[in-house]
Amino acid sequence: MFSVNFKEKVNEIISRHNNDKKKIISIIQEVQKEYHYLPEEVLVYIADTLDISHAKIYGIATFYENFSLEQKGKNIIKICDGTACHVRDSIPILKAIYKELNLNDKNNTTDDMLFTVETVSCLGACGLAPVITVNDVVHPKMTPEAVVELLQNIKKEAL
Amino acid sequence: MIKNYSELVSFAQSYKKSLDRQRKKVLVCAGTGCVAGGSLAIYEKIKSLIKESGLLVDIDLTKEEEGIGVKKSGCHGFCEAGPLVRIEPCNYLYLHVKLEDCEEIVYKSLKEGKPIERLMYRSNGALYKTQEEIPFYKKQTRLVLHNCGHIDAENIQEYIGNGGYKAAATALAMDPKDICKLITDSGLRGRGGGGYPTGKKWSQVLSQSNVVKYVVCNGDEGDPGAFMDRSIMEGDPHKIIEGMLISGYATKANNGYIYVRAEYPMAVHRLQIAIDQAMEYGLLGDNILDSGFSFNIHIAQGAGAFVCGEGSALTASIEGERGMPRVKPPRTVEKGLFECPTVLNNVETFANIPIIISGGIEEYKKCGVENNSGTKVFALTGNVVNTGLIEVPMGTTLEEVIFDIGGGIPNGKKFKAVQIGGPSGGCLIFDDSHLNLPLSFDSLESVGAMIGSGGMVVMDEDTCMVEVARFFMSFTQRESCGKCIPCREGTKRMLDILEKITAGNGTLEDLNLLYEIADTVKNTALCGLGKTASNPVLSTLQYFYDEYYAHVVDKVCPAKICKGLAEITIDPKTCRGCSKCARTCPVGAISGKIKEPYVIDKNKCVKCGACIEACPFKAIKEA
Repeated sequence: MFSVNFKEKVNEIISRHNNDKKKIISIIQEVQKEYHYLPEEVLVYIADTLDISHAKIYGIATFYENFSLEQKGKNIIKICDGTACHVRDSIPILKAIYKELNLNDKNNTTDDMLFTVETVSCLGACGLAPVITVNDVVHPKMTPEAVVELLQNIKKEAL
Repeated sequence: MIKNYSELVSFAQSYKKSLDRQRKKVLVCAGTGCVAGGSLAIYEKIKSLIKESGLLVDIDLTKEEEGIGVKKSGCHGFCEAGPLVRIEPCNYLYLHVKLEDCEEIVYKSLKEGKPIERLMYRSNGALYKTQEEIPFYKKQTRLVLHNCGHIDAENIQEYIGNGGYKAAATALAMDPKDICKLITDSGLRGRGGGGYPTGKKWSQVLSQSNVVKYVVCNGDEGDPGAFMDRSIMEGDPHKIIEGMLISGYATKANNGYIYVRAEYPMAVHRLQIAIDQAMEYGLLGDNILDSGFSFNIHIAQGAGAFVCGEGSALTASIEGERGMPRVKPPRTVEKGLFECPTVLNNVETFANIPIIISGGIEEYKKCGVENNSGTKVFALTGNVVNTGLIEVPMGTTLEEVIFDIGGGIPNGKKFKAVQIGGPSGGCLIFDDSHLNLPLSFDSLESVGAMIGSGGMVVMDEDTCMVEVARFFMSFTQRESCGKCIPCREGTKRMLDILEKITAGNGTLEDLNLLYEIADTVKNTALCGLGKTASNPVLSTLQYFYDEYYAHVVDKVCPAKICKGLAEITIDPKTCRGCSKCARTCPVGAISGKIKEPYVIDKNKCVKCGACIEACPFKAIKEA
């Protein structure tokens, strides 16, 4: 169950978009910004408020890669595996991260909810390949060693 | 608020004067690449150092006295060497600038006007003081990127001071039909990849009798390895707005949308600033420059779906639907956004419009080759020395781009292939004979490739082309929207086969089946994504069949990339015979005597790599 009292906030977001069904993607985007994921209760509430079916909002929320129905970790790490990063060896970096955080491609959030690891297809910083972002801050020219150090620093800060 | 043409001219003159009063300018690159390298901190440091040193800083173009302009500019393009700092008017370009360098920059370069040679570009022993001398820039023709890296992207006054919005003002006094004809005559073709004549598209929208029409700018640059649209949106957002405004007037559309992918937060931020400023100055909104024409621009953000780069999927996404393509016709020019006639052009296409209007078509056509006028921006990345954003006239050869501008392949490796236009732009150009090929829509099509959006990823001899095909297929398969069967099922099956081959289990029959599926998907898929999804497979099969053959028959990966085909061996010289590997091996493939070198039985080995990690002497290697 999503325990936060969300109605006031969600109402505000919806009314800022004039209760317009066509703005549904922007609305979901802002809601996700607020809660870092899309809790089921919130999606149902938005659908009912805008008078669209639950199936439709579920369809939209699952179609776009940026939307998540599951809770994510505090630090979101995105590893670019676009073409430029791929040919400059992004996979060893991904492997190093998985190993350091004890994760894999099926289970990509750490149990302590500190990290979520995602691969993305291109961050548009190809000149600096291979890159990763931690909470949207770009870290250029990564190596497996550097990424482990970076993760350890974040862990230390979290303590 | 600028009310009419003559006011715009006088505004431009006064901004120009303010700009000229800035005797010296420091341009700190604030493109995504350099920001990642810490350029914003450098900007702040330089600003405060100048203040401390008693020199006058001029940020907002308001000072009457002479001051030093400090600006956050858009992307300079030479991302490899960032963070970049450019000093005008001497045009010094400093590379890899660090916070510690700021003091020297302020005192030596700004106060005394001297160059700092250790921060300048060097190649083969030669020193290149100015940006213009550096080979990376020298061979380029920067029309679309002209302002990128030279003006403050967040300041409309700089854009106007450099002649901005003059083309729009000119166009607003023309007949819409004449503008469409002018664009047609200029020979401008859509820079998003298709190469459809822009003027023709506009004329088709103009000829529709509907009252409501739209102009949509496609900034959903989803191709991995491409970032030219991002750099234009971040570095010169007003040029796009001006292009859209002209397009709106020429096609009698009053509303525009810019669709930007969510991965580009800085582009969204700068575009929003630019739109707000244009509204404030009366260059968007009602009755623009007293022409009676009204135009508004909205930003629509994507949410992470590659297929939304396709026209009908993009408009569906703006409408708040799942971004899935629909069957055409009707085409977007007839029924596009909200079922209304819509001009849908790419970012770079719109950025070309003001250049054509203000410079005239004769001037514009001087650049480029027959039927391919103008320039094209490419994002040069991968295994190449100088990565970054480049702009060259259409018709420039691949060799000039990769070797003269890009500086060739690093680490003394050999050139193998270049991939242009993304995974479903699907165009790989291989072997040396293609190096002389002029880059244009038509010439690339003649070798079975296409210019695509302009992402150019260079690959060296260590790249396995089968793996590359697998990589692209996994991308397209993931991004397939699932609406039509050929794409949904076909990409999945092709990926299965490619995975089987790279794992070392492929057969010759698989190659035939792969070809058959690729051909079917190409001919039957619904949209551009599906139709071109096979291209990486078909082109690698065509040009690198021997590599496929080596994978399935000889069971080797010539580039030694595919793990499944690797052979794990123990170096007898390094092995001390500790037996740890034999005890770790899950299939009992390693045997030997204590204190003597151990050996791996190739037939039993499953290549799990457990022994490599277990060996305390690093004697086991994968090759």
